[in-house]
Amino acid sequence: MAGKTLYDKLWDDHLVKQRDDGSALIYIDRHLLHEVTSPQAFEGLRIAGRRPWRLDANLATPDHNVPTTDRDRGIDGIVDPVSRIQVETLDKNCDEFGILEFKIKDQRQGIVHVIGPEQGATLPGMTIVCGDSHTSTHGAFGTLAHGIGTSEVEHVLATQCLVQKKMKNMLVKVNGKLGPGVTGKDVVLAIIGKIGTAGGTGYAIEFGGEAIRDLSMEARMTICNMSIEAGARVGMVAVDDTTINYVKDRPYAPKGDQWEAAVAAWKNLHSDADAEFDKVVELDGADIMPQVTWGTSPEMVTGVDGQVPDPDKEADPIKREGIVRALQYMGLKPNMPISEIKLDRVFIGSCTNSRIEDLREAAAVVKGRKVSPSLKQAMVVPGSGLVKTQAEQEGLDKIFIEAGLEWRDPGCSMCLAMNADKLGQGEHCASTSNRNFEGRQGFGGRTHLVSPAMAAAAAIAGHFTDVRELVH
Amino acid sequence: MRAFSHHKGVVAPMDRSNVDTDMIIPKQFLKSIKRTGFGPNLFDELRYMDEGKPDQDCSQRPLNPDFFLNQPRYKEASVLLARRNFGCGSSREHAPWALDDYGFRVIIAPSFADIFYNNCFKNGLLPIVLDEEIVDRLFAEVAEKEGYQIEVDLPAQEVVTPSGERFSFDVDPFRKHCLVNGLDDIGVTLEDSEAIKSYEAARRQSAPWLFDAITHS
Repeated sequence: MAGKTLYDKLWDDHLVKQRDDGSALIYIDRHLLHEVTSPQAFEGLRIAGRRPWRLDANLATPDHNVPTTDRDRGIDGIVDPVSRIQVETLDKNCDEFGILEFKIKDQRQGIVHVIGPEQGATLPGMTIVCGDSHTSTHGAFGTLAHGIGTSEVEHVLATQCLVQKKMKNMLVKVNGKLGPGVTGKDVVLAIIGKIGTAGGTGYAIEFGGEAIRDLSMEARMTICNMSIEAGARVGMVAVDDTTINYVKDRPYAPKGDQWEAAVAAWKNLHSDADAEFDKVVELDGADIMPQVTWGTSPEMVTGVDGQVPDPDKEADPIKREGIVRALQYMGLKPNMPISEIKLDRVFIGSCTNSRIEDLREAAAVVKGRKVSPSLKQAMVVPGSGLVKTQAEQEGLDKIFIEAGLEWRDPGCSMCLAMNADKLGQGEHCASTSNRNFEGRQGFGGRTHLVSPAMAAAAAIAGHFTDVRELVH
Repeated sequence: MRAFSHHKGVVAPMDRSNVDTDMIIPKQFLKSIKRTGFGPNLFDELRYMDEGKPDQDCSQRPLNPDFFLNQPRYKEASVLLARRNFGCGSSREHAPWALDDYGFRVIIAPSFADIFYNNCFKNGLLPIVLDEEIVDRLFAEVAEKEGYQIEVDLPAQEVVTPSGERFSFDVDPFRKHCLVNGLDDIGVTLEDSEAIKSYEAARRQSAPWLFDAITHS
């Protein structure tokens, strides 16, 4: 019999009951909540007269609607009354049901997928869910983590379980070494470019290979974060010393004897050597260069030295139609070099790229330089209050401000523009976020997904440019 | 949950692939704390010429005449015919809520994104996967005949076209059971409360660190 994959092990460890019809009851160790996808779930509990099954499995924070300025005013600083009600509703629900929440003025507040790992609320071997598709981020710790809808938020609150059907196993192996200036973001964009936005549908993806093993936890989080953009709800990386060293001494990480016991258990969180995958995709790390998306789907991506594609060269009629539509929306011409795309704004932030390493990479590029006067705005939004504090201790805020970038307070911000930070119609943005869908960052806005270093380089140049040439 | 067994309705064609949930219901409408009222903002950025705002009277807004839902022939549509990877992106359940609130009961596509597909079943909406070839043919037939209707028989797992052609489709037995009977699946899961408790007790022994309370300290 073949060995088990990491996904198989996580599944088996959390199987409460296998039902005859092929569905299974899976136990959930950690449930993260935010203000957008939880109000209807709490309301559902109230209507049915149900209580949460296990309070201490839950952790909440407001992130999508919070402003990135004026934070000392707390909730009163939220100008949009509809946004304010949503944040107030989360506070009220957490208070009423007794759920731990890092409220808007708590220094630990931040993007839900940044604070889980930061606090050690995300631990290897867990099942982790949240009403947010980027919950796949936590898979970087050898967890089974995925996004759920609001009905399932209610289901987890009420039962601590989910009804699931087992997915298939996919291994994405990135061999060899990455070149200098190539980041986790470039790796995941290259993977999405290769397998497409539906390539991972129905699969749990494990990312492996030398290039992944060499990456820091934060870079692994960036990769797992965008599994959903490859169609896979779940993305994972096996546990190794990098994982364990990152988790150690986090506020909610186990301590003392418990730590020793946990580490011993975590060492088994990898696919067995003889495990079989339903699908294997391989890339050579040395071939990956800094990536830029040109279209309205994350799979519409190319290297910074590339060109906007020519729809006439696409054989598949549905894809061709997609390219034509994307170019029209993006205001780009076929065969135009990526480096000629002029930018209006730059956004460095989001659950994909707002951690300390991301900010360090961006700061290293802009240090001693000035943002191009052709830009309307370049902003940096740290992923949490603690990331912000650490960056300030390292002097990164000063580097950004001196270069002409705005230094903001933590939240989801312009990744999805539910707060006041958004693109104007027709504006091009170099963004470190995860989705370049039509209107995602603002009505009529045009998003190009890049790494923090590439966004920083674009801020200096006013257009896309190869960060490796700027720095070296 | 509203039960779903049989449905017959007019088919409307959404002829583009990779329709994402931002497109189905843009972010500004996610600020609502209710489950209902999203229908007028379904496909908001494609459907109207202006930028939509929450709590606005949409009847006064300029419509995009080229958008399929604004064409009189699809006014009564309750079956959405779509392309590959429908519902990709965000996990927002507001997407099926908006489709449902508008009046759609069935979505047919060659493939769906996983989270969206799952969310549909929680809301009495039936997503049906048919082969791309069949979907292509349905697009052609819908374009040809105004008022084109199909019948969906969930117990028999069949789609029936006006000419009497039948296409069978797969559906997960548990999801089908819940949908046909309109079951609240939290209630179904709570029938297994004892199994959940004994799992927890065993797990508390083998991996106690998973049960250390996260607290307000």
